[in-house]
Amino acid sequence: MTREDIESGSQDMVIDEGKPEGGERMQGNAAPEGFNVNYLKVYYGKLFPHADMFKWMSYGNDGKHPACDQSYFGRREFSFTLDNDIYLRFQSFNSASELENSIKEKCPFKIDIGPVYSVDPAKRHAYAQSGDNVFAPVERELIFDIDITDYDDVRYCCSGADVCLDCWPLMTVAIKVIDASLKDDFGFNHILWVYSGRRGVHCWVCDGKARRLTNEQRASIAEYFRVYKGNENSHKKVSLSDPLHPFLGRSYTEVLKDFFESKLLLSQKLFSTEERYEKILEMIPDESITSELRGKWQDNKRSSISKEDTNVVRWEQLKRILQSGKHKAQGPQMCVKEIVFSFTYPRLDMEVSKHMNHLLKAPFCVHPKTGRVCVPIDPNCCEEFDPTSVPTLSKLLEEMNTGSLRADIDNVLLMPEWDRTSLGKSVRFFRSSFLQPLLKACKEEIENSYNAKLQHSKNSLNW
Amino acid sequence: MEIVGSRRKALHYDAVSTIPLYRSAPALEVRLEDFELFAMDRLRVLKGISDALSRGKKPEEMQQVERDLWKANMKHPEASEVVNKDIISHFVLRLAYCRTEDLRKWFLSMETALFRYRFMSESVEAQRALMAEFDLPYKAVSNAEFESTKDKLWQVARSVVPPLSTADTVFYKVPFEEVPELVAGRRVFVHKGHAYVARNQVVSLVATQFRSHLSKALILTNRKWISTIREQESDRLAPIVEALCTSYLGPDYSEPRELGDISIKEIDQIAQSSFPLCMRHLFEKLREDHHLKHGGRMQFGLFLKGIGLKLDDALAFWKAEFSQKVGAERFDKEYAYSIRHNYGREGKRTDYTPYSCQKIISSSPGAGDHHGCPYRHFSEENLRAALGKMRLNNRAVEDVMDKVRSRHYQLACTLTFEAIHGTSCDAGINHPNQYFTDSQKYLQSK
Repeated sequence: MTREDIESGSQDMVIDEGKPEGGERMQGNAAPEGFNVNYLKVYYGKLFPHADMFKWMSYGNDGKHPACDQSYFGRREFSFTLDNDIYLRFQSFNSASELENSIKEKCPFKIDIGPVYSVDPAKRHAYAQSGDNVFAPVERELIFDIDITDYDDVRYCCSGADVCLDCWPLMTVAIKVIDASLKDDFGFNHILWVYSGRRGVHCWVCDGKARRLTNEQRASIAEYFRVYKGNENSHKKVSLSDPLHPFLGRSYTEVLKDFFESKLLLSQKLFSTEERYEKILEMIPDESITSELRGKWQDNKRSSISKEDTNVVRWEQLKRILQSGKHKAQGPQMCVKEIVFSFTYPRLDMEVSKHMNHLLKAPFCVHPKTGRVCVPIDPNCCEEFDPTSVPTLSKLLEEMNTGSLRADIDNVLLMPEWDRTSLGKSVRFFRSSFLQPLLKACKEEIENSYNAKLQHSKNSLNW
Repeated sequence: MEIVGSRRKALHYDAVSTIPLYRSAPALEVRLEDFELFAMDRLRVLKGISDALSRGKKPEEMQQVERDLWKANMKHPEASEVVNKDIISHFVLRLAYCRTEDLRKWFLSMETALFRYRFMSESVEAQRALMAEFDLPYKAVSNAEFESTKDKLWQVARSVVPPLSTADTVFYKVPFEEVPELVAGRRVFVHKGHAYVARNQVVSLVATQFRSHLSKALILTNRKWISTIREQESDRLAPIVEALCTSYLGPDYSEPRELGDISIKEIDQIAQSSFPLCMRHLFEKLREDHHLKHGGRMQFGLFLKGIGLKLDDALAFWKAEFSQKVGAERFDKEYAYSIRHNYGREGKRTDYTPYSCQKIISSSPGAGDHHGCPYRHFSEENLRAALGKMRLNNRAVEDVMDKVRSRHYQLACTLTFEAIHGTSCDAGINHPNQYFTDSQKYLQSK
């Protein structure tokens, strides 16, 4: 997401009244909910993992190896959104301390990360638009943005900016499907999933190969992932081949089918009202089938014997008729899968992934509307992730003030601030699961290409 | 490539594979005539492909279309010269078609299509050799790997539209980023960063590479053209190159028509039924004045040759007319020579080809001349009269005049043809001999 959302969320920003700056002490260490500038200042001062962000963005080019590219970090674009919607693009920094100082000084409400350019963005005006000497992106992570509002036509519990534990699992499922494919199909290893702070997730694929993909190649991966095509006007937005491509087949049998039948059907009560089941009937092209089913369900008819949930019963009825083979046309056969895909298959924002110069919010930012930190999500146990219990700015400050969170450790005061709060878990995960393996791989890559160059020049000196 | 007068020196060309890749202009020498003729032959192939595609021919049919076109146009009496003709013609057309964005786009599309069809007709070994030429580091999937993945490969093959043949067991393992179109369409199995591409799909990849190389080459050629070639060759190659894009490419009617020869006796009758207006006019005037000036003699004389009038008959025909004005001896002395010249029996022995509409329209008849294109060169009054004499109804005359006013002279002639014959002429009239042939064909089919 690169722009502030202009919509009325159900939760308005809480405005502080008459708070002294610095350490807030209210009754029992509680701090007001939400987001405010003062808290943000403290956050950037004590909690935001500046050094880790620098290490990540350097991709091993920290100057310790002769083959390091000293200019690499300085060619990365950052953008800051300040208070009052002031937007600063093409920010760049030459060292970790420059980055840190600028963030602390400007206290941006949002930090976006852009691509690595051919030259320092600060010098871009000196370069041409085309030809040989250009200012153009040369590296950029492969990124994905999944936003739950894109699923509004299939979730009934919430709408708009709201998210709850009934609909959040749609994001979980999206992570599972995409993550598995990025690893198994495309062979990527260094993948970071991040909570966007309110109602979605971001994905950063950081392998060297991914960073060097062209726009066309990025678009092809996004298209490979795309299944849902349509808008309010089309009834049938998912059209599947028979047989399915192995990627879709695997997603269906390993993730989507089970999720739909044992979770979504019930949490969203997909067949419980006429309006809801009509939406599903719209996806079935055969009139005789739909009228048969309508006949069974209208007026809330229920089999008095069955104690099972209506939604489950009706889904079973639908499946039985579609798969009965009574209607031999190909359409009904694939309908069951198409319905499942319509509700559960990931819906990506294609534009985000396709262009190298697209900006994306940095992990560990704080969402201005919710006060929640954009923390990483572990794809291997993403079912356990609960967006409603992600640490907020005020909670973190409270924890800092009391310092009571890690009372179990003796030398609590020797630990970094963030580790004394619930942010600690996220930072530790970021480091061990993502950053360390990534940097190790980067160092190896730098080492290898250096040795290859040496070998090459040795060979060319042989007479 | 060196263009020389009429010397000829055959050079070696190292053919690595059957389809040349046109990477760089070869060190060949080519005659000036061949420079133009080879290019026009190739242009017929490319235009033929373009026509077939715009008529909606399916991909399976296109391969045969290409084969027929190539066979019909790109042969050479000396077998060893066939490849040279291929290469030379391509490079000459590059010069002609590098000059504007639109020309480049058309040429790029047609050459890529041509390459694609030729590639598909090649043997497996030849295809593999070509792929290697394009630096496509594609390894064929080993038998062992094929056995373990074939279920998935066949699943993909059956999931695409149209389905790929599962009889094809040759697959190539390719880094996925090299085949973005196939990945985007989920037309390949992707695993651990590799895409498994079926042999049939490889064609697209090779064609994409071919296209990208040619695209860059065209830009460079254009730069060179602008900076040096156009200037240097302004009185030799440049006119040929510049004319190529608009040249008439239909049959040149230099061969006697299949329908048999005409005899002089028939001329009056067929003139009424099947001559286009320009030739009717010349014929009328010849009968009236017993004379035609040079422009008219050329235009009408070559036309008659094209419809099958043999040299002896032609001499008799013209003599019969001219001797009524200038006498038999003067005819033999002054005019017979040029008729024989037209038939390629004198001097340079060039067998002149009948003029196309384009050429006729662009001529400039002066006082006393009757050649040219009536739709262009006649006054409105005279044209209406002439059309009336051909018994066109008022409606048809208005339609024709409409076309004339918007300067679509050939369309005007086409409408005339349609009105007289009561049938449609979809291809449009491009050549007076075509008008004649089409007319005869129609009349004889009734």
